[in-house]
Amino acid sequence: MTAPFFFWFFAAIVVFGAVGVVAMRQPVHSALFLLLSFFGVAALFITLNAEFLAAVQVLVYAGGIMVLFLFTIMLVNIRRTAGQPYVHRQAGAALLVAFFLLAVVGGTIVASSRTSGLADAPADPAKLSTTTISRMMTETVDGKTVKTPVTEQVAGNSQAVAWGLYRDYLLPFEVASVFLLVAMIGAVVLGKRTMEHVD
Amino acid sequence: MDISASVLTYFLIPAVKAVVVVILVATAAGVLTYIERRTLAFLQVRKGPNRVGPEGILQFVADVVKLLTKEDVVPAKAQHFIHFLAPVLVMVPGLAVFAVLPWGPEFTMRIPGLGKITTAWYAADLNVSLLLVLAITSVGIYGIILGGWASNSKYALLGGLRSAAQLISYEVPMGFAVVSAILMARSLSLVEIVEAQRTHQMWFILPGLVSFFLYFVSGVAETNRIPFDLPEAESELVAGFHTEYSGFRWAIFFLTEYANMITISAIATALFFGGWLRPFPSVHALAFLDVVPPVLWYVLKVSCFLFVYIWFRGTFPRYRFDQLMALGWKTLIPISLTNLVLVALAALGGFRGLRILGIVLWGAAIGAFLIVTRLRAAKPPAAKTAPASVRARAAEA
Repeated sequence: MTAPFFFWFFAAIVVFGAVGVVAMRQPVHSALFLLLSFFGVAALFITLNAEFLAAVQVLVYAGGIMVLFLFTIMLVNIRRTAGQPYVHRQAGAALLVAFFLLAVVGGTIVASSRTSGLADAPADPAKLSTTTISRMMTETVDGKTVKTPVTEQVAGNSQAVAWGLYRDYLLPFEVASVFLLVAMIGAVVLGKRTMEHVD
Repeated sequence: MDISASVLTYFLIPAVKAVVVVILVATAAGVLTYIERRTLAFLQVRKGPNRVGPEGILQFVADVVKLLTKEDVVPAKAQHFIHFLAPVLVMVPGLAVFAVLPWGPEFTMRIPGLGKITTAWYAADLNVSLLLVLAITSVGIYGIILGGWASNSKYALLGGLRSAAQLISYEVPMGFAVVSAILMARSLSLVEIVEAQRTHQMWFILPGLVSFFLYFVSGVAETNRIPFDLPEAESELVAGFHTEYSGFRWAIFFLTEYANMITISAIATALFFGGWLRPFPSVHALAFLDVVPPVLWYVLKVSCFLFVYIWFRGTFPRYRFDQLMALGWKTLIPISLTNLVLVALAALGGFRGLRILGIVLWGAAIGAFLIVTRLRAAKPPAAKTAPASVRARAAEA
């Protein structure tokens, strides 16, 4: 009974924040609305019993990335944008991209709701602390290796995330981390080159 | 579970705890200012506040009255709403963290009219409570940055920018130090981490010597305390990010600084010093120490750390900003990564692995200390011999 209420409440906050980001003229205000939106997403994660993701969402996006955003916005101090028009030349292109994004996300939601049905998140607080995972257990019986599927209750959502990241999707995870490393090195190299010119 | 029982456990008891926490933290912050001023005065061979009440103990009450009645000035060109919002953004996370701090174990008490109630010395034991602490404290930065920005003052803005850079930098080694404690306890729940130190039969300071050092140094930086109080360095930035704040809003920044000190000390206690457990929780010969209730043990340990904070302030000069950044990125982060690998390897070996790591680390630390003191004793005191250049000039003359 309470789960849909909280979902709509926090979903409304997320959308309100997102609209605020593009509607504000002052970049710092936009950043604050984005922050509000992030908190809404974290709250949505909690209603889905994904408290680990919620904490990481706040820690990484709100506590890390947005702080750097604000830092940059303040460094390039910008109280001059007040007279500029709301709608720019790229409005058409932006609408097109937004439409495609909406189509992809909406299509996925419709498709998944047809196959599995949108189940309500369990409202039982006791379920918040455990997650059921199924895995193959490898045992050695009489010199032979036997694989048996087991379903077990692990002590929390963080363990479930770890199983997903480091076992089921290990390769994509590692590929993504290598990409990030490459991007980071690239950023350092690009930043460094301008430094040498200054010197 | 009938309705009234669930209302009691999920609403009434947490509400009571929340009120108690707010009152206690505000009072503790006030008392801490008094203790800090007296201790600093002692360290600097002067008297400190000693006029209001016996030995000046009521000084903080007088200060609160003064701050509450002071005019609340907002700069003319400030961003009013954000200027108003910033103290709130600082205080809410600072107090919210207290929900998961484990001050003591579960206990049962009898309340007339309600019967027996089993509750605990913490408001919530989440299975990600440690992560929650990191997440919430990292949000506290916004109040500082925005306060600095909204004031429309270059000193405040510089303080806010410094603060952003500093907190982001020191969050990294702090996170790694916390991760090593998680590896030792195999849990993210603060209550379980404390209990793990009972089952491991040792405080995690034994294998976590380096982790604790990293945690506490980063913690001092995260709370903007001396020697890392660059965001409010008074010799350069007037008062840093809160230059343009006065009266009660300034008091909120001040109160939160002390609340954060308590948080950092409490987490350090829970992770590395056995939380509410007595020293050597597995040695039966020391069972008489259980006379002291667990909560008191916790408060005692936290008080020690708070004293260290004040001691730091009386001892160390402030870092320069580039030194601060160099220390964070070039010293603490490499050490924390190496330490994390060591602790992870030791944790693979279970109890024995951790114990061996502890003995090796402490052996190395004590050995290094002995060697350094021996070398110091062998050399004549540096202060009495003048530098070579001075001596040469003296010889010429």
